[in-house]
Formats: sequence, C-alpha cells, structure tokens
Amino acid sequence: MSILVLAEHDNQQLKPVTLNVLAAAKQLSGDVTLLVAGHNCAAVTEQAAKVEGVSQVWIADAPAYEHHLAENVSALLVDLAEPFTHLLAASTTTGKNILPRTAALLGVNPLTDILAVESDKCFKRAIYAGNAIATVEIDEAKVLMTVRGTAFDPVAAEGGSATIKTLDSVFQNADISFSHEALAESDRPELTAASIVVSGGRGLGNGENFNLLYQVADKLGAAVGASRAAVDAGYVPNDMQVGQTGKMVAPELYIAVGISGAIQHLAGMKDSKVIVAINKDEEAPIFQVADYGLVADLFEAVPELQNSL
Amino acid sequence: MKILVAVKRVIDYNVKVRVKADRSDVDLANVKMALNPFCEIAVEEAVRLKEQGVASEIVVVSIGQKSCEEQLRTALALGADRAIRVDVENAPDALSIARLLAKVAEQEQPGLILLGKQSIDSDNNQTGQMLAALLNRPQATFASEVKLDGDSLVVTREVDGGLQTLKLNLPAVVTTDLRLNEPRYASLPNIMKAKKKPLEVKSSADLGVEVTAKVKLMSVEPPAERSAGIKVGSVAELVDKLRNEAKVIA
Repeated sequence: MSILVLAEHDNQQLKPVTLNVLAAAKQLSGDVTLLVAGHNCAAVTEQAAKVEGVSQVWIADAPAYEHHLAENVSALLVDLAEPFTHLLAASTTTGKNILPRTAALLGVNPLTDILAVESDKCFKRAIYAGNAIATVEIDEAKVLMTVRGTAFDPVAAEGGSATIKTLDSVFQNADISFSHEALAESDRPELTAASIVVSGGRGLGNGENFNLLYQVADKLGAAVGASRAAVDAGYVPNDMQVGQTGKMVAPELYIAVGISGAIQHLAGMKDSKVIVAINKDEEAPIFQVADYGLVADLFEAVPELQNSL
Repeated sequence: MKILVAVKRVIDYNVKVRVKADRSDVDLANVKMALNPFCEIAVEEAVRLKEQGVASEIVVVSIGQKSCEEQLRTALALGADRAIRVDVENAPDALSIARLLAKVAEQEQPGLILLGKQSIDSDNNQTGQMLAALLNRPQATFASEVKLDGDSLVVTREVDGGLQTLKLNLPAVVTTDLRLNEPRYASLPNIMKAKKKPLEVKSSADLGVEVTAKVKLMSVEPPAERSAGIKVGSVAELVDKLRNEAKVIA
C-alpha cells in the first residue's frame, strides 16, 4: 500500500492536525508521501520533511495553490493519484472541500471524517451528529477519505528525514478566483489543536462578557470556543463554534461555561479527556457528561477561577 | 437564471436517534422525517434570489422513494416552482447520487446549483463538491453569503480560521452553511398551492446512470456513553481537583 496525505498548512506553518492524519495513515501501514500544495511555503516543506514516518515530501509551490482552492488542488491530486492506494486529508473545511471533489474526478466514493481504521478498506465514522458510530466497508480501487484529527494521537513532529521532491505541474481553474479573507487574529492556540478549551454559551449574556473567558484562557494557555446558541445570538463569530455544526474538539481539559449542553454541542466536545461544567442551572444536561460540575453563577465563579490559577 | 436545488429527506433534527437492537442500522421506523435543515437553507436562498429578481425559476430535485415527495412538496411550499424526483429503490452511494444530479443538471441547464453542505443523517458533506467535479464547474462550499456580481457569483465561505470570499463564474455549485439565512415557514395558502405545482418522476435508467452501492454499512453502534462525574462545591475545590486529581492544570 502507498498513501498520499494532503498537508494542512497556511503557507507558513504545518498545521498540527496533519500529524493526526499521519497517525491514521500509519495504521494503514504503507509508504507515506506528504503533499504540500501552497505558495511560498518552503518553511512548511522543511517542517514536513522532519515529521516521523513520512518517506517523501512532495511540494507544489505556485500562486494557484496559495488559498487551497478545491478546483486547483483536486486537479493536482488527480494528476498525482495513480501510484497510491489511499489519499487522506484532514477533516477540516479545507480537506472536506477538496477531497470529495478529487474522489468524483477519480470516479470513486469518498469517506468523510473517519474515526478509526479497522482495515485498509474498513473504517468507523460518526453519523447522526455523533449519536451513532457506523462501521463501513468501501469497495473502491482507491480509498479517499478525510480524517477526524481528534480521533488519532499525533505522530511526532520531529525525527523523520523525508526526501523532498518538487512538482512542476500547475493546475489553475479559470472559473474561480480568491477575492479576500477575514481570518480571526489571535495569539491563543487554535481550537482544534489546543490542549485546554474554555467555551461559553448563552449564559454569558453578551459578547463583551466573553472577556471573562479570554482572561481565564490566557492564564491557562487555552483556546476559547462557544456553543451554537452563543454564536446564533451574535456574541461571537462562527469560527468559535464547537459542536456538530462547528468544530470537533477533544482537548485534555474542556471547561464549559454557561452552556446548557444541547446534543449538537456535546457531539463536538464529548471526547475531551476531562470536562468541567460551570452553570447555575443544576438540571442542565451538560452536567451529565461533566467530570466536575460546579453549580454556580458564572459571573462570580469565573473571576474567582481566574484569580486562583 | 434558473436555479436547481437538491434536497434530501432525513430524520427530523429534533428526534433522538436510536440504534437497532441488532446493530444493523439506526431505527427509522415510525420516526418523524423532514427536509434536511441545510437543504431548507438552500431552498430559502433560491427563493430570496428569485424575490430579488436574480432567479427566474427554481427547480428542486430529490433522489429517493415516493416518500421523499413529501419534502419536495415542502420545498414547493417554500417557493420552488417545480420538482423532480429521481426514483431509486435502495440507497445509492454518494457517487451515484452525484451522477444522477449531474444528469438532471445537464438536462435542466441551471445557472446556479444550491445544496446543503451536509445531511444530518449520514453527515457526509460530499454531494455538492462531487457534483461540481462531475460538471467541471467551480464550487463554493459552506456559504454564509451569496451575491451576484454581473456574470459572476461572489460567495463568502465559513472556513476554520474565519471567512473566505471567492469569485466564481456561472454556472456554479454552492453549498449552504447555517448562517446563510433563516428559512421562512411555509404559509397555509402556499402549502395548498404547492400541491398543484408540477412534480415529475424520473428513473435512474431515464437518466442513464447505473446506480451502485460501494460503501457498505457493516454495523452501527451507539457512541460510548460518558457518565456524569461529581459536583464540586466551590471554585477552590474545582481547582484542587483539576490540579491534584485530574492533573490537567499546573
């Protein structure tokens, strides 16, 4: 077997989720090639070559790949796919945008968001918002799938010595172009990669009160998330949403503040190692999954928490 | 411009799903079914584009057994003009679905195709991307804003780090995210009117697509249950537990 993994990066840094995807690739026990498609991304290539268990790093550096447009990257993947039995990408907005397009171009069915590798053709994935886990067997010559990063422990970022190969072919679709982006600027870790996450819900009351959480998060080196209720109420932007319709997180510690614990939120965080819930409603469903529950007014408890850290 | 909207019949999002005792699948017997929420947003967006004078006709299509005509009628009540059901016996795989939709699109020649970003049953998030690939047209997934700018479409997408805006030449495929719009409720007169709107049934053979099922469901299990832990009495006790028992903070 030979496996091609699409690296997740921002042209400057290899995103940690790539290491989780490589862990899934490792379970398939084949030769692993890591593809870095981007622009001015030499630093990413360097990091990629050091990752444990990668035998080759292929680099496609061109303006067409700068924003990871699905049209261009999937055309590149199709061009490279021939020798590989498996093509993997992270189950992120980038991976989920690109991989199904690639699969259709190759005439195969893709698999989304796999949680476990049972064999080279058999995988587990969550369905019905995580309320059921399906085991599926795929009958395709090539297996294309996106991998849920939090379901696999990352491989080591150092210790490998892959050979680097530069690719020349550039695919640029004339029917789509990047216009602009508004990315959240933050010194805090990324939600899906953070070892501690502090999340707020409708209990916060407004966006300004999220400052309470930012202060605690900064003391803990944590990322800040939110429930869909808080996002829908306009307190915080959608990229902070944790849940079935937002991001899947599984940190060492998840602190849910003023979050009732709707099924769709639980689906996004219930694989966290330790869950803390702070809520004044002792009947809130979040307490049913929390390792440590504190029934308290968050406006008193959170500042107190901050002071005791 | 004609808009084609693909929709899916799924379990109602308020229903708590249960795994069958024999673990062969989830139990959908006597369960309330509905239009997939993301598909509803796609229909709503099409209706709004028609209200703005951008779209001239809205065609909704669904692939499934006769029962999914119920959801097509819902879409018609929300403002779609006519419906197509592609009749299939068993559950086709994602590639077959995309191929059937591509054939419908070739016949209908829409300027824009709207779909939900994923269905809340299989949670695949694939169909729009695959359809765009088969039609060799550009795609904008997870849309939170769709605007027509001359001959092109400007779409803002919800990506992991924030928002990304793309410019696409039409025809194009767009999949909807939650915040694109808030779908309206169908009014009673519109529900009545929807019953008289045209609904055409085609077979996969009519469309010349061989339906396959290459992803086999082997078993379904309930997720690992998490049990409730303890209640702590104070912030001090919480910090002590996190530091000395769970050892997750320094």
